[in-house]
Amino acid sequence: MKHGKYRFIAGFLVLPLAIYAIFVISPFVQAIYYSFTDWTGLSPDMKMVGFDNYARLFKDDVFWSAVGNSVTLLLLLPVVTLSLGIFFAFMLNVGGRRRKKAVIGGVRGSGTYKILYFFPQVLSVPIVALLFQFAYNPESGALNAFFQAIGLGNVQPDWLGDPQIALWCVMAAMVWANVGFYVVLFSAGMSSIPKDFYEAALLDGANRFNTFFRITLPLLWDTVQTGWIYMGILALDVSAFAFVQIMSVGPGGPDYSTEVLPLYVYQKTFRDGQAGYATAIGVSLLIVTLVFSAIVMRLGRRERLEF
Amino acid sequence: MGSTSEFNRRDLVKRAAALGIVAVPSMGVLSACAGGGDSGDNKVEKGKKSAKNPLAVNDSAGLDVVIFDGGFGDKYAKDAQGEYIKSFPKADGKVKLSSTQKIQSTLQPRFNGGNPPDLVDNSGAEQMDFGTLVGKDQLTDLTALLDAPSVDDPDKKVRDTLRPGVVEMGQFGGKETWILYYAYTVYGVWYSKGNLAKLDAEYPETWDDMLALCAKAKKKGVAGWTYPGKYPYYFPFSLYPFIAKIGGEEVLRKIDNLEPNAWKDPAVKAAFEAYYELYKKGYVLKGSPGLDHLQSQKAWAEGKALFIPNGSWVENESAKQIAKNPHFDLAVGAPSSLSTSDKMPYGTIWASGGEPYIVPRKARNAEGGMELLRIMLSKKSSQNFIKQVSSLTSLNGGTEGLKLPPGLASAQAVLQKAGQNIVNPRMQDWYVALQKERIGVGALGEMMAGRMTPDEAIKKIQKYADDTRDDSSVKKYKR
Repeated sequence: MKHGKYRFIAGFLVLPLAIYAIFVISPFVQAIYYSFTDWTGLSPDMKMVGFDNYARLFKDDVFWSAVGNSVTLLLLLPVVTLSLGIFFAFMLNVGGRRRKKAVIGGVRGSGTYKILYFFPQVLSVPIVALLFQFAYNPESGALNAFFQAIGLGNVQPDWLGDPQIALWCVMAAMVWANVGFYVVLFSAGMSSIPKDFYEAALLDGANRFNTFFRITLPLLWDTVQTGWIYMGILALDVSAFAFVQIMSVGPGGPDYSTEVLPLYVYQKTFRDGQAGYATAIGVSLLIVTLVFSAIVMRLGRRERLEF
Repeated sequence: MGSTSEFNRRDLVKRAAALGIVAVPSMGVLSACAGGGDSGDNKVEKGKKSAKNPLAVNDSAGLDVVIFDGGFGDKYAKDAQGEYIKSFPKADGKVKLSSTQKIQSTLQPRFNGGNPPDLVDNSGAEQMDFGTLVGKDQLTDLTALLDAPSVDDPDKKVRDTLRPGVVEMGQFGGKETWILYYAYTVYGVWYSKGNLAKLDAEYPETWDDMLALCAKAKKKGVAGWTYPGKYPYYFPFSLYPFIAKIGGEEVLRKIDNLEPNAWKDPAVKAAFEAYYELYKKGYVLKGSPGLDHLQSQKAWAEGKALFIPNGSWVENESAKQIAKNPHFDLAVGAPSSLSTSDKMPYGTIWASGGEPYIVPRKARNAEGGMELLRIMLSKKSSQNFIKQVSSLTSLNGGTEGLKLPPGLASAQAVLQKAGQNIVNPRMQDWYVALQKERIGVGALGEMMAGRMTPDEAIKKIQKYADDTRDDSSVKKYKR
């Protein structure tokens, strides 16, 4: 059994691997090739320039602020989104008052809350971004109107127009758009945890805090880890691009305070006609992504519980 | 499930999935730009040259046109297309006109693959970089079109029917003309005569009057200025001619040529300080740094602010909101005089071509593309454009017998008053990234939001300009 194992698996994987190689690996290799050229993206002729594009990256301030912002998103977005997701899911499934017959249960009206949390998920990203943009409008937006209404008329931030808080504003929208999905994901994860664990814990007099940290979180760890990687990719990729592109000043501003790597790739390719340089940025984005997932996999490695 | 074997099914699936999601999205970004090959020469045969067909268009060949669907829409081009089919009935059904706001993402793959359309309105936020297009030899020289007789008067070349400066704008240092600007845009300080009348004021011709008027407005709870803080590169529309007025046209020429210390000119500092004072005295509508162009235009049209730096498309773009106030009476003003020692007279204004049309080098039917342009530059099509979108075209005159809407009439009057004192800074078509993102968002926006002093802004802009000059990947131009 042991020897035939890998051949057996490979047999099943031939087709998917071939598709993967054609549609994923080959553009990958091509992109690395293009990153060594002076390709403009507007005409097929180009010549090799060696490491020029990479040398330029090191001196490019905008690139470094994009790296900084992307890494900030990468570190904070999963933490915030997943913590909120777990917290809400816990409250919905386990955190409620004990009722007759049921050992554990959610807070009152948890069914309704589930729908509410999931609601942003059915809206497309541009719509969420636009909604938040309206709310952030310093002149007639909901947020400043709210401050006015509660008597804080002199607190009127420029939100997206202020480099100190612009990135946080974008991040808040991204959290809002994604947290619902994790509530549902973690709810599913929690429902597969055997009820008798909770029963035993409650008999021993554990409070909510202890049930959460001693039972729920450890048994949910696999789901958290998957969610973490998924959220990290989102922070580096499509989602960050769409939100920043639609919401931010410039976009990417003010003063590059919301510039992120995928947006910079896009600007260099489609605005400045420097596709070769853009692919070099893309390759560095890939490196950041790989490093991130390697770190998460390593940190997240734990003894697996079977139940 | 047992886990005695070192092989764990869940582990494998998870790793494969993780690898997949790691690699796929990042590659999506990259593979989107994969280059295509050159599909060779597939041009249609030329037709027979005649008085009616001076460009020798193949009358039965298809025509493929892509229009930017922005402030001006695409109806004017569809109408011109109808005229084209009238001239070449055999081409009926083969003329394709599509409009998009995403010019670059739609067309870049086609340029790359060597099958671009025959005529493109390369405009909007996703404009393809002209420097690169010209530098990589991707455009057709339009000299043949310019030397062809015009539709209205066979004795006159198209070249001689255009407004002054339009042909030069389409050149890049050589004899060839690569771009034909179809619209003619007047940039400046846009305001409502009706709203000024409410304050017993007229457009302030000196900066002191401007400040006094803003102070008066402030007392009534109205801001003096607003601007699209999300796109602060609207400021140059009134700021650059202001600089030229103070220090002379050559200051702008030096800036365009990226000369060392061009931005350190005292005229730049004086202009920046004047604008900064608007912020410091609280004459700028609160929250402007967070508004986009439509939001700021809305606030302005609702009378929350008196002035906005903008171009003549604003009349069409804000038409609905302006219509809500019957006494609005839109008008454009030239930059106010800063002092009596200004080098250029009051009335100096920025006016130049807009809606740049290009015929790609690899177009199948380049003659057809140029012919459509020739038709668009006839008096009939021009007037149609003026009526539809209230903007001028590059055809000189052509407004006779038309009742112009207030903004356009005002633009026309301002142009007449300016006479020879029309400036045409080239930063925004030569160095897009420098103009929009670096100077606009990186410095002007910061200064007008009060986060940077004029001195700091100038220092930063000078550094940006120097960086661009030293950047070998950006093609440079001189004028």
